[in-house]
Amino acid sequence: MALVLNEDEVMLRDTAEGFFAEKAPVKALRTLRDTNDETGFDRALWSEMADMGFAGIAIGEDHGGVDMGFQAAGLLAEQMGKNLTASPFLSTAILAATALREAGSDAQKSEWLPKIASGETVMAVALDEGPKHNPAGIETTAEKSGNGFKLNGAKAMVVDGHVADQLIVAAKTDDGLAFFLVDPKAKGVEIERTIMVDAHNAARIDLNDVEVDGDALIGETNAEDALHKMLAAGRGIVAAELLGAGSEAFRSTVEYIKERKQFGVPVGSFQALQHRSSHLYSELEIARSAVLGALTALDAGDENANRYCSMAKAKLGEVAKLAALEGVQMHGGVGMTDEYDIGLFLKRVRVLQELLGDAAYHQNDYAKANKF
Amino acid sequence: MTDMNLDEFRTEVRGWLAENCPEEMRTPVEGDQDVCWGGRNFEFQSEAQKVWLERMAAKGWTVPTWPTEYGGAGLSRAEEKVLLSEMRKINARSPLTSFGIWMLGPALLKFGNDEQKAEHLPKIARGEIRWCQGYSEPNAGSDLASLATKAEDKGDHWIVNGQKVWTSYADKADWIFCLVRTDNTKGKHYGISFVLFDMETPGVEARPIKLISGRSPFCETFFEDVKVPKENLVGEENKGWTIAKYLLTHEREGIGAAAPMRPIHEVAAMSLGLDESDRLADPMLRTKIAEAEIDDWAFGLTMARKLAESKAGQSMGADSSMLKYYGTELNKRKFELMMDAAGHDGLEWESERSRDGKLARSWLRTKANSIEGGTSEIQLNIISKHILELPGA
Ligand SMILES: Cc1cc2nc3c(=O)[nH]c(=O)nc-3n(C[C@H](O)[C@H](O)[C@H](O)COP(=O)(O)OP(=O)(O)OC[C@H]3O[C@@H](n4cnc5c(N)ncnc54)[C@H](O)[C@@H]3O)c2cc1C
Ligand SMILES: Cc1cc2nc3c(=O)[nH]c(=O)nc-3n(C[C@H](O)[C@H](O)[C@H](O)COP(=O)(O)OP(=O)(O)OC[C@H]3O[C@@H](n4cnc5c(N)ncnc54)[C@H](O)[C@@H]3O)c2cc1C
Repeated sequence: MALVLNEDEVMLRDTAEGFFAEKAPVKALRTLRDTNDETGFDRALWSEMADMGFAGIAIGEDHGGVDMGFQAAGLLAEQMGKNLTASPFLSTAILAATALREAGSDAQKSEWLPKIASGETVMAVALDEGPKHNPAGIETTAEKSGNGFKLNGAKAMVVDGHVADQLIVAAKTDDGLAFFLVDPKAKGVEIERTIMVDAHNAARIDLNDVEVDGDALIGETNAEDALHKMLAAGRGIVAAELLGAGSEAFRSTVEYIKERKQFGVPVGSFQALQHRSSHLYSELEIARSAVLGALTALDAGDENANRYCSMAKAKLGEVAKLAALEGVQMHGGVGMTDEYDIGLFLKRVRVLQELLGDAAYHQNDYAKANKF
Repeated sequence: MTDMNLDEFRTEVRGWLAENCPEEMRTPVEGDQDVCWGGRNFEFQSEAQKVWLERMAAKGWTVPTWPTEYGGAGLSRAEEKVLLSEMRKINARSPLTSFGIWMLGPALLKFGNDEQKAEHLPKIARGEIRWCQGYSEPNAGSDLASLATKAEDKGDHWIVNGQKVWTSYADKADWIFCLVRTDNTKGKHYGISFVLFDMETPGVEARPIKLISGRSPFCETFFEDVKVPKENLVGEENKGWTIAKYLLTHEREGIGAAAPMRPIHEVAAMSLGLDESDRLADPMLRTKIAEAEIDDWAFGLTMARKLAESKAGQSMGADSSMLKYYGTELNKRKFELMMDAAGHDGLEWESERSRDGKLARSWLRTKANSIEGGTSEIQLNIISKHILELPGA
């Protein structure tokens, strides 16, 4: 297993590092938030990301992508986490692209994947319904109706749901869970943008007797293998984003405690803060390995890859949270102010932690898989 | 080395192991009695253990990455990984475990002169001489540099007087690598010298100390007018602190890497049983076990990653403190969970059923992991200073 980046990956990381720091730093998120931007991300940025090949990172070359794999995608997500970048990368380039790639027919792949890779189409995957991530508990139904299906249900926490050009809805059929392409303007679709604590995008989507054609079904009426692959990819990538956010929260905090003086000395000279910082450093190193291990396994087609992505999501949820909490605490009073970025990290990490399952969800899943 | 060459090497290793690793050496190591430590007076547990050591030593595979002239096989890290993974596949035991391989060897390779390397390294590789570590003293533990064991200059030799403590296996070792004070006029880090001497030298006495685990693996070691020839000095006189620290990074990498054990969840499921929905009967313990096993997975990856990032034979510097800290704290956590899972059964101390309190004694032993080789707090200090560069650390 390649736990050390190869030359191409190092190059990609360096490129991404420069790109996001320049084009989409934390300041850009503040602007989106403070101007109540309708889209919630910068469309010009997304099209530049597509030009760089980022939108097609997990899409095959025959469909206009660069096909660099999830390890590479993770390197991008890490930089986005570091800069709190808002973009449809997760919703479109990872979740939708993987669902289509894994479950779609040739015609569907040829139609949609190139549009994702080129940045033309933004997609959102409507999966969860209740207050917690629970793919096994999906209640949205897809009943046979004429040549097509009729969808009913209520979705929540649909990332980029209010700006998507196409929705991919996960719904129950007689055979199992399946994915459906749904036009957000179709009759019976109601979308409410939900402005979240982290100023990133999400929506609630109600589906009331939404009629779709037969070819809206992505692949088969049982797409559970594809669903699991999509979830694994999503979890691995969110874990990478958490790694970026957690590491940056930590880096800026260490910098702060070196500068901030009380009692005539930098507060970073107090052992109480030093030991907690060193502990956090160790946790972040362990967390980095979890992300690398999970994403390389996914690229290698390892039979345990889905499990590893779930384990990485569990680990990163905890470690990034610790980094954000310690960050605010060690900043003292200024950590509570909107002016300092550390609070934005705390908020973003809280959202990413919930997305696609929190640590408790994945620990429980690990136990179930290991029969205890 | 290219992947293809590595594949060839793998085939070769597999074939050789199949033919040369005795069946008895393909069973799990149950405890210290199964470990081959080597040394002048070592009593082999079986003929198989002896043969296995001899065959592996002849290949240079007791110390695979050491140069061939010193008893190694000159393997790259990648080749060493292949060898170890093939050994793991057939459950082959390590042919030889020793402080010589783990700690002294790397330090001698870096700081020893040609005569010292030629004299000591091959004997370590073949398991002929067993070493112990004379660092800690009653008043120099975490603050190791304040050590006071005195070496008085007598021209071509020193006369050493003083006391060491916590010297693991001093009563079984043939030689000691020892920190002594040759100067006390210029601050505590200067004036420490790194010397080697035979434990049979007149004036050396080792007295075992009984531990909470009931075992006595380490000693108080006394030196009374011990004569140490000057050619036994490694590196420069008074400048042994650098060598001492270098050796510690190797020691730490070794302590962080805990021995493989049965998954905690298996033990817990057997001991406590599952409920109607096939979950461990104790739901709180279940979560903690899942958490620890996920950490264990990620820690294993981190060990592999840090090894891959460092070059063969080189130390990984301050990151060895991170691995030591995390690995030992995790190991303690795992054994606490094992004890939780075993419940009353894990408390038995002398019964045959408990194999003389094997679990309880192992659990107690893990408490030393975060003390030996520098305590957890000291590792955190090192990370703060050398990695985070925090002021005043
Ligand atoms: C919501 C809010 C309301 C407040 N209301 C009031 C108010 O009404 N009136 C008022 O006067 N003040 C108020 N404060 C200020 C508050 O008392 C200070 O923020 C607090 O005392 C910490 O000081 P600081 O922010 O300067 O942090 P710093 O002192 O700079 O601390 C930074 C970090 O260093 C740590 N640290 C500092 N010294 C040591 C040490 N010796 N050993 C170990 N760690 C150390 C701190 O624990 C912290 O983690 C308020 C603060 C907040 C956030
Ligand atoms: C099983 C075992 C095997 C060993 N084998 C050997 C051996 O073979 N050879 C050898 O030389 N030694 C050996 N040791 C000794 C070991 O290296 C020392 O015990 C260790 O360095 C701690 O020193 P100490 O026991 O004097 O504790 P102390 O230094 O007295 O520490 C007491 C407590 O204070 C804390 N503390 C000390 N300084 C600081 C600081 N600056 N900041 C924060 N906290 C601090 C410590 O972390 C600890 O919790 C062994 C120890 C054990 C338990």
